[in-house]
Amino acid sequence: MMFAAAMAGVLAAMTLTLVRGLLGPTVFDRVLALNTFGTVTVLAIAVLGFLMGRPQFLDIALLYALINFVGTIAILKYLQYGDLGVSGRKSDADNADTGGDGGRP
Amino acid sequence: MRLVGLYLALFAFWLLMSGHYEPLIVGFGVASCAATVYIARRKDFVDYATLSWYVKPTLPLYWLWLLGQILKSNLDVAKRCVLPGARIDPCIFRAPANQDTGVGVATYANSITLTPGTVSLQTWDHEIRVHALTRHGARDILGGEMDGRICRVEGPSKTGNGGGP
Amino acid sequence: MTLAVDIASWLCLVAGALFCLSGGIGMIRFPDVYARSHAAGVIDTGGAYLILAGLALQAGFSLVTVKLVLIGLLLFFTSPTATHALVKAALAGGLEPLCRELGADETAEMADEAAP
Repeated sequence: MMFAAAMAGVLAAMTLTLVRGLLGPTVFDRVLALNTFGTVTVLAIAVLGFLMGRPQFLDIALLYALINFVGTIAILKYLQYGDLGVSGRKSDADNADTGGDGGRP
Repeated sequence: MRLVGLYLALFAFWLLMSGHYEPLIVGFGVASCAATVYIARRKDFVDYATLSWYVKPTLPLYWLWLLGQILKSNLDVAKRCVLPGARIDPCIFRAPANQDTGVGVATYANSITLTPGTVSLQTWDHEIRVHALTRHGARDILGGEMDGRICRVEGPSKTGNGGGP
Repeated sequence: MTLAVDIASWLCLVAGALFCLSGGIGMIRFPDVYARSHAAGVIDTGGAYLILAGLALQAGFSLVTVKLVLIGLLLFFTSPTATHALVKAALAGGLEPLCRELGADETAEMADEAAP
C-alpha cells in the first residue's frame, strides 16, 4: 500500500517532466527534463521492485542511474562542442566541471 | 601494485553486488574483474596520481549538516513550486570561495548546486557565480556558513599545497 | 517496533512522493531553464533521498539496503554535476537568465545582513 502511494507520486512526477520535455522551448529545457525523468525512473524502478516483491530490480535502477548521468553529460558535450571527441580542456581549464567526486578523496 | 589494488576493489564491489557465492558464478566474477583490469591497463585508465585530500573524520559530519540544509531548502522550494500565491525572485550573484584547493572549491560548488534554490553557474579559483531562486537563498549563501564549514573540513594545514585536481 | 519502522517508512515515502510531485509542478510552472533547474533539484535531492530512505527502512539490514545506499550515493555525487554542466552549457549556449545580476555593493550588503 505504501509503495503504491509512492509509485503514484513518482508516476505523476514522470508525467509532468515528460510534459516539460515535450513543451520545452529550448533544447536545454528538454535535456533538463530528460535528466530529471531519468532520476524519477530510477526511483520508479526501485519502488516497483518493492511493489512486486523482487528487490533484484535495484541492480537495474543502479545501472540506469549510471547510464542516465553519462547520457546527460554526453548530450551536453555534443551540444556545446558538436563533437564527442573534443577534450574540452583548452577552453575551460580552471573550472570544476568534473567535480562530481567533490568531497571524495 | 595499483593494478592489484584496483582488482581487489573491483572484486569486493562485485561480491557485494552479486550476493551469489557458488564457485561457477564467483569464477565468472574473477574473470570479468581480470578483463576489466586488463582493459584499464591497455587504455591507460589507471590513476597513478597520489591523493591530495584524505578522508577527514569531519567530512561525514559536514554531509549530515548538508543533508539538514538540503531538507530545509527543499521544503522552501517545494512550497514555492506548489502554492499559488508564492512568488519567486531569481537573481545571479558572485559568491567568494575561500578554499585552498580545487577539490575544496568543487565541493563548495557541488554543495551549492545540491541545495535546491541555488545553482552554481560558473566557477573560478576563488569565486563562484550562483543563480538563486530567492533573495533569501542568496542571503544564506552569502552569509558564508557553508563556505566556512568546508574550509574547516579542508583543515587549517596549508602543508598539502600540492593539492587540487 | 515494527509499527514504528512502518510509520517512519510511510512518512518518508509519502513525503518523498510529495516532493517529487511538487518538483514536477515546479518544472511546469517556472519561467526559464535556470529556475526549472531548482525544481529539478527538489526531485533529485529531497524526493529521491526520502523515497530511498523509506525503501531502506522497509528492507532492514540486508544487501538490498546496501544497494539503496549505493544508489543514493550515486545520485548525491552525480546530480549536482549534471545540473551544473547543464546550466553552464545553457549559459555558453547564449540563453540569457530572466533576472538581473546583483552588483558587488548589493552582494556585500546582503552578506552583512546575513552575517550573525
